Amino acid sequence: MSETTTITPALTAKDFSTDQEVRWCPGCGDYSILAQVQKIMPTLGIPRENIVIISGIGCSSRFPYYMNTYGMHSIHGRATAIASGLKATRPELSVWVVTGDGDSLSIGGNHTIHLLRRNFDINILLFNNQIYGLTKGQYSPTSEEGKVTKSTPYGSIDHPFNPLALARGADAGFVARSMDRDPKHLQQMLLRSHAHKGASFLEIYQNCNIFNDGAFEIFTEKGTKPLETLFLEQGKPLVFGAQREKGIRLDGFHPVVVELGNGFSESDCWIHDEKDFYKAQLLVRMFDDPRMEGHLPRPFGVFYENERPCYEDMLNLQIQEAILSKGKGDLDKLLRGNETWTIA
Amino acid sequence: MKRKEEVLQDVVIKFAGDSGDGMQLTGSQFTNNTALLGIDLATFPDFPAEIRAPQGTLPGVSGYQLRFSSDLVFTPGDECDVLVAMNAAALKTNLKNLKKGGTIIANTEGFDQKNLRLANYADGVNPLEDHSLDNYTVHKMDVTKMTREALKDITLGTKEKDRAKNMFVLGFLYWMYNRNMETTIQFLKSKFGKKPEILESNIKALQAGYYFGDTTETFTTTYRVEKAKMPPGVYRSIMGNQALAMGLIAASQKSGLPLFLGSYPITPASDILHELSQYKTFGVRTFQAEDEIAAITSAIGAAYGGSLGVTTTSGPGMALKAEAMGLAVMIEIPLLICDIQRGGPSTGLPTKTEQSDLLQAYYGRNGECPMPVIAASTPSDCFDAVYEAVRIAVQHMTPVVFLSDGYIANGAEPWKFPKTEDLPPITVKFKTDLAEGEEKFLPYLRDEKLVRPWAIPGTPGLEHRIGGLEKQNITGNVSYDPENHQLMVKIREEKVARIADHIPLQQLDSGAEKGDLLILGWGSTYGAIKSAAAELQHEGYKVSHAHLRYLRPFPANLGEIIRNFKHVVIPEINNGQLIKIIRDQFLVDAKGYNKIMGVPITKSELVLKLRELLGGHN
Repeated sequence: MSETTTITPALTAKDFSTDQEVRWCPGCGDYSILAQVQKIMPTLGIPRENIVIISGIGCSSRFPYYMNTYGMHSIHGRATAIASGLKATRPELSVWVVTGDGDSLSIGGNHTIHLLRRNFDINILLFNNQIYGLTKGQYSPTSEEGKVTKSTPYGSIDHPFNPLALARGADAGFVARSMDRDPKHLQQMLLRSHAHKGASFLEIYQNCNIFNDGAFEIFTEKGTKPLETLFLEQGKPLVFGAQREKGIRLDGFHPVVVELGNGFSESDCWIHDEKDFYKAQLLVRMFDDPRMEGHLPRPFGVFYENERPCYEDMLNLQIQEAILSKGKGDLDKLLRGNETWTIA
Repeated sequence: MKRKEEVLQDVVIKFAGDSGDGMQLTGSQFTNNTALLGIDLATFPDFPAEIRAPQGTLPGVSGYQLRFSSDLVFTPGDECDVLVAMNAAALKTNLKNLKKGGTIIANTEGFDQKNLRLANYADGVNPLEDHSLDNYTVHKMDVTKMTREALKDITLGTKEKDRAKNMFVLGFLYWMYNRNMETTIQFLKSKFGKKPEILESNIKALQAGYYFGDTTETFTTTYRVEKAKMPPGVYRSIMGNQALAMGLIAASQKSGLPLFLGSYPITPASDILHELSQYKTFGVRTFQAEDEIAAITSAIGAAYGGSLGVTTTSGPGMALKAEAMGLAVMIEIPLLICDIQRGGPSTGLPTKTEQSDLLQAYYGRNGECPMPVIAASTPSDCFDAVYEAVRIAVQHMTPVVFLSDGYIANGAEPWKFPKTEDLPPITVKFKTDLAEGEEKFLPYLRDEKLVRPWAIPGTPGLEHRIGGLEKQNITGNVSYDPENHQLMVKIREEKVARIADHIPLQQLDSGAEKGDLLILGWGSTYGAIKSAAAELQHEGYKVSHAHLRYLRPFPANLGEIIRNFKHVVIPEINNGQLIKIIRDQFLVDAKGYNKIMGVPITKSELVLKLRELLGGHN
């Protein structure tokens, strides 16, 4: 993110909350995400006035109303495009997009991929609840196949998006996953998103307790979490299980689960390197349907992080260089053009 | 040899050929040359939507009409005096617009069997040979052969050499109208400076055409058109989209707001994006977005951050932007939507002109969604009109629709360009802090114009949230309160209506304040209406002409003007759009004159129609 040098008095999470009553359903995963964002914000050293949160439409998109920063609750799917225009012209601002699976992957899918490929230094927080909550329970582009919803009484025949693979397909420089039920991990991932210079894509599994309750239970609940999740750490082997008894080993290009101690040790496992372009392609593809026999655990953490030039920096550099080499534009000269004639 | 020189007052030339023949370039070169002599002019480029429509066919014909005159002219002319036909299809499509007795310059090579067949002439029929053109003066010349002959020492292939044949024709016309070739030679040098062979072939072809005229005895006369009596001053030639781009830069400089253009390529608006992308030294940021929606929403993001946010498009693109335009109305942020209209609906006629987006601009959004609408009437007027549109947007915190169309976007005319210091100031004030006694920032607290403050991110103490949900009056908080919604709808309506107090009163373009007939127009029909009104006034009819720049809100005195006439006629290049709004607002029995053929209204057809309406009573 952009460096801000202004010295501000120490702020607290409370300084980032507004007088507006939070209107999510009781028990919604959004509360936790809001709390974690409010917690990390004061630690960033950015004055509130330089933070802008832009959202689209959906439950998650109410977010800006609850953050005492600048904010815009815009129209469905377009937060990413609005944020792009803002960042292009005001690169010094810290710009965050809060969006949902319908907002950013369905109606706004186009703007999402284009923001990522252009690499604006913007943090995208994708609240994925695998359902349309605000319109009361239709399937979303991340809902699993066969899902019975109000609009799919016979079960959904849509194949779901793999959001992180999509983001990597658009060459996102920072790709990570976290969950509402793991506040500490979520805070870390928010901080990492912010620290990355360039477009950050953070998918947050978020429970909609009204229309899709328990969608991520298998990843979040104590009983299943150890075997169903894989927490990525830079330079560390891919190991999981309550006793860290399992690991992921690369068999050619195929990740396979191995029992540790059974002829395999941690050093035989895939060592996570978030800078590894090719391994990241495999890692984001670890997206098995948990209903499937022999499925791989779902990774959480930073899948990939690499910097490349940001759109707004290159845009503004072109302007600076043009002015440096040709001088500031002279309006009278422009209006006059190359050829004129005089009528006496 | 010495030829007879004849002085003409008014000439209309149509350059017509295959869309790959370079007719637009030929026309614009002749235009430039004409302009620099101080001769008044108007142009009408007319080309197919396909980049290379099937060669030699009727739909593949590309034309460029140029009228130049020692009198002031306001239209590119109803009929041509000279038709340059590079092939049979070009002759066939344009003959109906050639004056009886007019001149045809025909490239014989374009009238071979294949070309004749492609132009749907019957077997064995060649209009150049069958005396069907006996009422015209026909100059047949084998342009292709002569161009190849002139370039025989150049090593380029035949295909490349043939590309220079438009220069041969241009050279010949320069000779015919007593011109100097220097402007075009300079142009060619700057265009092909790095390709010496192509440069040489073009210059040689140009010169060959000129000398052909000079040495061939069949041409007995050359022509001259004198300087026009235009108001004194320094002039340049300008096209509509170019003027629009400059108007935006001027407004950006005068307001101190950096210009951000979010745009998606679309005919006939793309040239504005091309033009503005060159002007980085003015701090202009252009963003070629992934689609029309991102184009406008990125501009909204930029405007929210304190830039002059602009998006440029045509009718289909504005349709896609409708929801975002509504957001801009709701969050009351300055924004400019430029719609360079073309034939519709749907993809319609991309390269043809039409005025059929007025109702879309007025009403084409969900909810009660009022927005000012401004229209330009000539190529150079795009500069002034867009400058005004920006002033209204930033001073009244509102999105504004600016309407131009394909005809003025691509048309050229002389322009007495302004000096920076003479441009009216555009004052913009951001809210920078809380006023004394103000405890909390109220983003929807309004001034006497009903305008809310523009507080941009980065301003300490004014952190606030805005969005597309209905706003509570004054606080800007989300509100579903029924009374508040009605109040806010009325406030947004009134805010736009009050702009009428901050724009000039409507003036008559010509004619007396009272009379039998008011011709009320808007946009690119200006020249045709002006010329028709002048003719009828000359014939003694009590006719006046008013031309609207401000379409929403209308100037405060428009109703009064309308009531001063027995009849009101509204000519439009659509199926009747302004007329609906005028009838609605002023309860007047206005009559329409509507042409929906993708081409401008001509003066003569309008005169005929108006005479009929006036019943010959002058």
